[in-house]
Parts: sequence; C-alpha cells; structure tokens
Amino acid sequence: MNLKTIRTLAFAASMALGGQAFAAGATVIPPQNEWSFSGPFGRFDQTQLQRGFKVYKEVCAACHSMSLVSFRNLSQPGGPGFSEGQIKALAETYQVKDGPNDAGDMFERPGRAADRMPAPFPNKQTAAAANGGAYPPDLSVIAKARTYERGFPTFVFDMGTLFQEQGVDYLVALLTGYKDTPPAGVEVPAGKYYNEYYPGHIISMPQPISDGSVEYPKTADGRPQAPETALQYAKDVAAFLMWAAEPHMQARKELGFKTLAFLLLFAGLLYFTKKKIWSRVEGHHGPAF
Amino acid sequence: MSGHSTYVPKSAFGRWFESRLPIMGLIHSSFVVFPNPRNLNYLWTFGGILAFMLVAQIITGVTLAMHYTPHADLAFASVEHIMRDVNYGWLLRYLHANGASMFFVAVYVHIFRGLYYGSYKAPREILWILGVIIFLLMMATAFMGYVLPWGQMSYWGATVITNLFSAFPVVGESIVTFLWGGYSVANPTLNRFFSLHYLMPFMIAGVVILHVWALHVPGSNNPTGVEKKTEKDTLPFHPYFTVKDALALVCFIMLYMWFVFYTPNFLGHADNYIEANPAVTPAHIVPEWYFLPFYAILRAIPDKLMGVLAMFGSIAILAFLPWLDTSKVRSGTYRPVFRVFFWLFAVNAVLLGWLGAKPAEGLYVVASRLSTAYYFGYFVILFILGYVEKPLKLPASIAESVLGKQGSANAMAASAAAAPNTKG
Repeated sequence: MNLKTIRTLAFAASMALGGQAFAAGATVIPPQNEWSFSGPFGRFDQTQLQRGFKVYKEVCAACHSMSLVSFRNLSQPGGPGFSEGQIKALAETYQVKDGPNDAGDMFERPGRAADRMPAPFPNKQTAAAANGGAYPPDLSVIAKARTYERGFPTFVFDMGTLFQEQGVDYLVALLTGYKDTPPAGVEVPAGKYYNEYYPGHIISMPQPISDGSVEYPKTADGRPQAPETALQYAKDVAAFLMWAAEPHMQARKELGFKTLAFLLLFAGLLYFTKKKIWSRVEGHHGPAF
Repeated sequence: MSGHSTYVPKSAFGRWFESRLPIMGLIHSSFVVFPNPRNLNYLWTFGGILAFMLVAQIITGVTLAMHYTPHADLAFASVEHIMRDVNYGWLLRYLHANGASMFFVAVYVHIFRGLYYGSYKAPREILWILGVIIFLLMMATAFMGYVLPWGQMSYWGATVITNLFSAFPVVGESIVTFLWGGYSVANPTLNRFFSLHYLMPFMIAGVVILHVWALHVPGSNNPTGVEKKTEKDTLPFHPYFTVKDALALVCFIMLYMWFVFYTPNFLGHADNYIEANPAVTPAHIVPEWYFLPFYAILRAIPDKLMGVLAMFGSIAILAFLPWLDTSKVRSGTYRPVFRVFFWLFAVNAVLLGWLGAKPAEGLYVVASRLSTAYYFGYFVILFILGYVEKPLKLPASIAESVLGKQGSANAMAASAAAAPNTKG
C-alpha cells in the first residue's frame, strides 16, 4: 500500500465529490491555507514558529495565558528551535511567583526554563473582569479545540487525505475576519465586535492585529523575513499555536512512517508465508484471499 | 478447550509439569491442533484481532493510569502532562484513544459476520449471548474512559448519558444520584468512573475466556454454515489459521497506526480539548462515533422513558436473536431473501450512526424514526422469513464446498498429506 498514492486518490475523490456544499448552515467555512505541517511528512517551519511566538508574546499574551507550555518547550526538537541560551534569557525577563520559602513567605524570582509561561492574570475572574466580562481562553491547545463541521462525505475522505487543519484555518479566519461595518440589520452591542467567522458573529475580543503591528526579524538585505501583514501574522501565530497544541507532532509523523513501513514489509512477508503454507492444501491454490 | 489432549511433553520437566498442571496440553489442543473449518474467510480473523485489541488497551491503559490524575481539577492537565512531558506519552494516549475506536471497528465487523453467517444459531446460542455481554461491557468501559480526560464532551456526555437513568419511574432519580456520587457530575463521578474503567476490561477478559471456551465446544461456524463432519472438512489451527490471523492482524494494525500517527484526533471531538466547564454547554453534545446508532434510536422516540428502553432494547434484542431467527439454514449465502434484508439492516445501521450525529430536528427526526423502525422490524422479518423463505441447496459438506464433489473424494489424502507439517 503506497501511502502517497492513496492520499492522492482520496484527495482527488474528496475534491470531486466533497467540496463545501455540505457545510453546516450558520457557520461560515474558513478558507483553507497551505501549511508546512500538513500531511504525513509535514514539518513545522522553525522561522514561522519563531515569528508566531513573537506575535503571541507581543499581542496575544497581553490577555491570553498559555499555561500548559513551559519555556523549555520552546527549545525542544520539533519546535521553534530557540537555543537553550535564548530560552534562559527569555525566561529571565519574566517575574515568577514562587514559595513559600523557609520563612513562609511567597516571593518573586526571575523565570527559569522549567517554568510554565506566566499567565497575564492571576485567575480567570480577574481575566474576565479586565476584559469586559469575557474570559480570554488559554491558548495552549486552542488549535485542537476549535473546528468546523466538514460535512458528509468530505469528512470520510479526510481519513485518507489526512486533512486536519480545521483549527488553524479557523484561527487565521477569526483573526482576520473582523468587519468594521456589520451587515445591515445586525446590532453590535457596545464593547463587542463583529467577526465573520466567530460562531454567532458577536465577539468580545477586539481586532488584535493589523498590518504592520508587529515587527518581524530582518533578512540580510534589510527586508522583513515575511510580509508584515495581518494575514501573515495570523498564519504565523496559528502555526505557533498548532505546535503548542501538538509539540511532538514531528516526532509522531516520523515514527509513524517508520512504523508503517515496517508493518508493510511485515505484512508482505506474512502474505507470502501464508500463501506458501496454504499451498499444501488442495482447493486453496487460487487467489490467496 | 475441548476434546482429549494429544500433547506429549518433550522434556522431563515438561512431563513433570504437565502431570501437575496440564496447561500446555490445553493450549496445544485449543490453539495448535484444534480443527478449524478449512473454508473460513478473512471475516473470521476478527476474533483474534479483538483479542489483540483487548490486550493492547489493557497495556496502554495501565501505563496511562500511572501518569493520570483522576481529579476534577487536575485530570485535564494530567492528560496534557502525558501528551507533553511523559516520554512517548503522546503515543500511549493516542494508541489508547484510537485503540478504543479500532476495538469497536473490529467488534462491529465481528458482529455483522455473525449476523450474516448465522453464527448465533444452535448450538452456539450461549457463545453468542456471551458476545452480547462483552459488547455491553465494552460500551460501558468506553463510555467511562471517554469521561476521564475531563474535557467538555467528557463532562456533558457523562451528564446526558447518566441522566437517561432518571427516566425510570420511582427509582430513576436515586440511580442517577448513585451514579454521580452527588447531585451533579463532579469529582466523585470522575473518581468512580476511573475505578470502574480500570476494573471492567478485566471483567471483559473473564467473559472473553468463557466466549472462547464456548466457541471451542462446537468449533467455529463457517461460510457455508454446514457443520464440520469429518477430518477432511478441517485444518489444524496451527499453522493454517495462526498465519492467516497474523496476516489479517498486521493489516488491521496498519489501519490502526494510520490513525494513531497521522490523524490521531480524527475520531475525537475538538470540544474535548476544552476543559470541562459546568457553566458552559457545548452547542452539540455528541457521543463517540461507535455509540451514534444507539443515540439515534434514543432520540427517535419522543418519550424519554420509551427512548431509553428502545436504546437498551436495541442491544438486548440481540441476545434473543438465536430464537428470533427461525430459519434452519445458518449461512446468508444460501438465503437469497434474507440477504436483501441483511444488507438493508447493515446500511440502516450506518444511516442510524449518521443520524445520531445530526441535530434532532426536522427531517432528521423522521429519518431516525423510520430507521429505528427498520432496526427492530428486522428481527420480526427474520422470525417470519424462516417459515416462508426457500433456501438454496446446501453443500453436503465443507470439503465439497471448497473442492467440489469430485475433489471432495480425494480430500482425505490431501489432509493426510498436510497433517505432518503441523508438527514442525
């Protein structure tokens, strides 16, 4: 069984039969993006993850925690690929509450690589109170916690094509889906915003990014590494959030290929063994199955 | 597990041991020389696949339990700890979560194989009923297992399903309180579900032993449904069926690994990556895919109590199938009319599954009711069909079905020639 062939066939079938005609009524289906990490051989783009982390740190982290992610994760294989020195320095820019010490007091100390990323608010209630009553969700697994309905029969083909980027596509659409003027007849309450892709459209989060709001690292010729546009920020931070939600994805896919290659070989050998053994028996000379 | 053992220990220690505990002889007679119908097709490999899945689930599950914390405030984070910090924890969890789905894939193939070839008919009624019990235990185990990550779908799924028991008059409310260990799904619920989730696989293993025991009394049914009569109808379990089962198992594991490594969350719900929150109800509360047909039956009935009874009845009725199907002919291969209704039943089951995932509104409700009616109607049809259907002519023996009339006569020589190989 050739994985790539199957994938291609299934993909072609899903294109022919699927489409988005079956998409659920009220939900607006987010556009699909190209992702470096999609498919059985997909890998995260390190520079993209680093840019995405910068967007998270400078924009999202003002309100959203990422409590399941530790600083040290940022230097682990298959991730953004920061050096240990960079991570140590980064962690030290944060103050972390620790304790109690021998005197029984809580104290603040500079962050360490082993610390979880500190949350912007001490608890959910404070976070909600500071954000108009809406708690900004933790972003650690958000890329896996958001989706949209693929509908029949597309979802069946997804098993073969391995399409599973609903979450990141939704995040990009959400971050770039703000409309200054809502459609006629839609009332947007004060302190709320209209978003084309948010379920129900009325969202508490103001538009977080716009063109040029985050400065990207420069290449040798002095130009930014990637376009400093809202769309690019959204893609980069979504990719970063996908990594945060699934930090061992690359190891998983690499081990998967080895496992399936081994099993394929093993199945082949078993097939011929079975055929040989059964050839001793009269009446079973036909096709082996 | 039946018949006189022909096992002869080779060593002095073997003889000493065998005279005190004849377990090697039991294994030898059950899984080495055991005579299987020679015409078993690949659908008969799913029993072995299911045994593998049970062991795989127990091994991955016991290991996961070493790292998991069954507490309402800590469970979600402990699962993420497994995913992030435990060495190959992501692999263990994905193996276990997808393993549950693969377990059900295999059990549904196994059940439908039994339905098609009439494997439930005499003398295999007890074998079949034990299978229904295993299926029920699997469902309970899987349901409780899905609660453990304590995500939104865990919490709300548990709330919806446990609440079903409140439909029973008088005792309903008390049962629900007893299941919850309080007045809502909360930490005590999670604790007892974890305890039971760890216990039940071993109960399944116990019933599986009875299932295999009951199987080895008459031996396997086969695609013709004609009982084995002479030695020429059979082949020894080893090497013929060990190698065939092994090939099927490895192919099945490839499917399993495809999901585990390449799309491990396909069979789950995105909502379960949101920590349980009693204050926020998800837009759609949907059970795992393997429960969907039964969920559709539940929702198809407008009355809550009747819906619950219909849902449990849809499984319970399977236990009575050996007496509801009145046909003397086992295999669907020789029942042309039965075949039509059988395939309708299979398609209908998939349709029910799809309807179970849809909101209970509009045409979906109408379709669910028609589908539910056919689900139960199938058993009525089977009852009548046994009296009116004219089956095709059965082969005189298994050997004849494989070799034809002429070859059947020579088969004794062939099976005699094959026999020496089993000793190697």
